[in-house]
Amino acid sequence: MSDSLDTAAKPIKKPKRVLPERFKSYKGVWVFIEHEHGHVHPVSWELLGKGRELADKLGVELAGVLLGGMGEAVRKLAEEAGAHGAELCYLAQHPVLEDYRNQPYTTGLTELVDTYQPEILLLGATTQGRDLAGSVATTLLTGLTADCTGLDIDPSDRSLLSSRPTFGGSLMCTIVNLATRPQMATVRPRVMAMPVRQPGRLPRVVEHGLKLDESAVVTKVLDFIPDARADKPQLPFADFIVAGGRGLAKPENFALVTRLASTIGAEVGASRPAVHAGWADVERQVGQSGKTVRPKLYIAAGISGAVQHRVGMEGADVIAGINPDPRAPIFDFANYALIGSAAELLPALERAFARRLAEARARRAQAAEETV
Amino acid sequence: MHIAVCIKQVPDSAQIRVHPVTNTIMRQGVPTIVNPYDLFALEEALRIKDRTGARITVLTMGPAQAEEALRKCLSLGADEAILVTDKVFSGADTLATSYVLAAALKTLDARTPVDLIFTGKQTIDGDTAQVGPGIAIRLGWQLLTYVSKIRELEPAARHIVVDRRAEGGVQVLKSALPAVVTMLEGSNELRFADMPGMFRAARQEVQRWNRDSIGVELAQVGLKGSPTVVAQVFGPRPKAVKALRIEGETPDAIAEAFVDKLFADHPHLEDAMLEHLELLGQQGVEP
Ligand SMILES: Cc1cc2nc3c(=O)[nH]c(=O)nc-3n(C[C@H](O)[C@H](O)[C@H](O)COP(=O)(O)OP(=O)(O)OC[C@H]3O[C@@H](n4cnc5c(N)ncnc54)[C@H](O)[C@@H]3O)c2cc1C
Ligand SMILES: Nc1ncnc2c1ncn2[C@@H]1O[C@H](COP(=O)(O)O)[C@@H](O)[C@H]1O
Repeated sequence: MSDSLDTAAKPIKKPKRVLPERFKSYKGVWVFIEHEHGHVHPVSWELLGKGRELADKLGVELAGVLLGGMGEAVRKLAEEAGAHGAELCYLAQHPVLEDYRNQPYTTGLTELVDTYQPEILLLGATTQGRDLAGSVATTLLTGLTADCTGLDIDPSDRSLLSSRPTFGGSLMCTIVNLATRPQMATVRPRVMAMPVRQPGRLPRVVEHGLKLDESAVVTKVLDFIPDARADKPQLPFADFIVAGGRGLAKPENFALVTRLASTIGAEVGASRPAVHAGWADVERQVGQSGKTVRPKLYIAAGISGAVQHRVGMEGADVIAGINPDPRAPIFDFANYALIGSAAELLPALERAFARRLAEARARRAQAAEETV
Repeated sequence: MHIAVCIKQVPDSAQIRVHPVTNTIMRQGVPTIVNPYDLFALEEALRIKDRTGARITVLTMGPAQAEEALRKCLSLGADEAILVTDKVFSGADTLATSYVLAAALKTLDARTPVDLIFTGKQTIDGDTAQVGPGIAIRLGWQLLTYVSKIRELEPAARHIVVDRRAEGGVQVLKSALPAVVTMLEGSNELRFADMPGMFRAARQEVQRWNRDSIGVELAQVGLKGSPTVVAQVFGPRPKAVKALRIEGETPDAIAEAFVDKLFADHPHLEDAMLEHLELLGQQGVEP
């Protein structure tokens, strides 16, 4: 999103504060590798992609930080961190770290930071990442910028520039961490691009033994109830999304969005008013208070393109807007403008896509036959 | 049982406008509200009060006019309200905010022991979800974030069992009091203030605490105590390239022209779409 925002418009103004001597040796960019029940949250790999860029600008190493229970599975994740761009992986394994819990993870991550002293520490803005980041930053008494959508380095003093929406998303701001280290930030899933995985690129692994004691951990995990995957829309990872907004005016018209979506194999998205009207489930809301998505194609029907919606979807490769108002803000950042009523254009698109896909299928079948 | 609820007065961001020319925020006349997420936290506390007769103290750090937000909470059924206010507190980031709030909560706890602190999931203006964890760390209390449900609460046995929203599922956690709980939105239907509640709230005293009442170090509060600062504010701008307008006499003509142009410009999209549809077909999903 940072490319579409006019960051150069306003100069960066920083109050003068001197970095205390003890922080001057803090070096390197760290990404916390978040995993739960054997699954790494993809935001961790996305952050390694961005972290690589930041580390290169600074000329320092990029490290993954991995805390977890005993066993090979966790160790394997260190290799994955290497495949996603980390030169180095700090690994702390302990039975107490089997499930995520605030207290032992805070102790562990704080100790790693104090020992190896990174200048930047990035975490996903997930329920786990935010729980941990807030606790670790307070323990270390360092600054933390939450829920960022852009990260960069200020070449003048090598500091981290963290951008995020502010004032309910109507504006963006850049936040800096003046005189403490590490500079911490959490970043939303799907905001940064997924780096290309390069298998076989192994990181150096630094194992760190933590002294933890289960009897000292007050909070116990009684159960973990996994979400039923099947009935949850996987919007953030969809390649194709057709989304509807208030301009559709009634539920019958929102059904046209669903029909076009099923014709082209897309997930259904919605703006906040469409969710509030009950046309779509809250899981389908795209935007600042909903999901961030990065599809190959995003078709927005009856959506004005308010900034709170925009921050959730402008990472799409191709955006098409359907709106009778040629001056709707969506056309400031869409690739294609379909000017007209969604009630008419959605069924027309369904027909056009169906025809085109049928032709393409026929061509493929023909080509397959010819090669036989 | 004594529950403290941390609330914040925030501008109703739905009504914030950005000046079209100067690109600055037009704050004048924007009404303030109690942070919507905090109302869910208060509601949870009120339900515990309904069941057990717990005492509820609402607390905020903010300017003088934040008293209004506290009165709203009193009208809903809170027993006592504390406004932590001092000009040296202004300009605080989350680290400095949690420092002041934790100091105020310690003062409160010393007077009437606190068993539970509730905060909202996050504020709509700061939007960081950090203040809750910050308070817990500073107090050294148990932290339970993103709680969607309190399953058990036993003040005598000093234990609490909650559902916590995690990535990919719900963690059921058993912890001990005292604890800091950050509540998820929508976990409870909110109540409205009734007439007697509003009259009571209008008469009730809102206590004012300043830096001396809570004994804080000046280097750790306000702007001075904040490691992070906003260095730049900017608005979203149009992309350099304008959207390509698809021409056509009829909706069908526009649709046809669009689909042809889309696949001509991005040939890989056609392959990706076909392959994805095939996959859905194999999974038995109705195309
Ligand atoms: C704190 C905060 C968080 C928010 N978070 C989100 C969020 O996560 N997601 C989100 O979406 N919003 C969010 N919003 C709301 C956001 O500000 C906008 O109000 C919202 O995105 C507008 O939705 P919309 O485009 O569907 O409706 P509108 O802005 O009302 O736009 C409707 C559009 O439909 C067009 N239209 C009219 N008739 C037709 C027709 N026949 N066919 C096609 N188009 C037609 C109109 O020209 C108009 O452009 C948030 C707001 C706040 C304050
Ligand atoms: N100034 C404040 N006074 C009281 N409580 C606050 C204040 N700021 C934040 N909180 C509480 O901390 C929660 C998280 O806020 P934030 O970290 O700003 O998203 C809010 O929902 C409130 O419950």
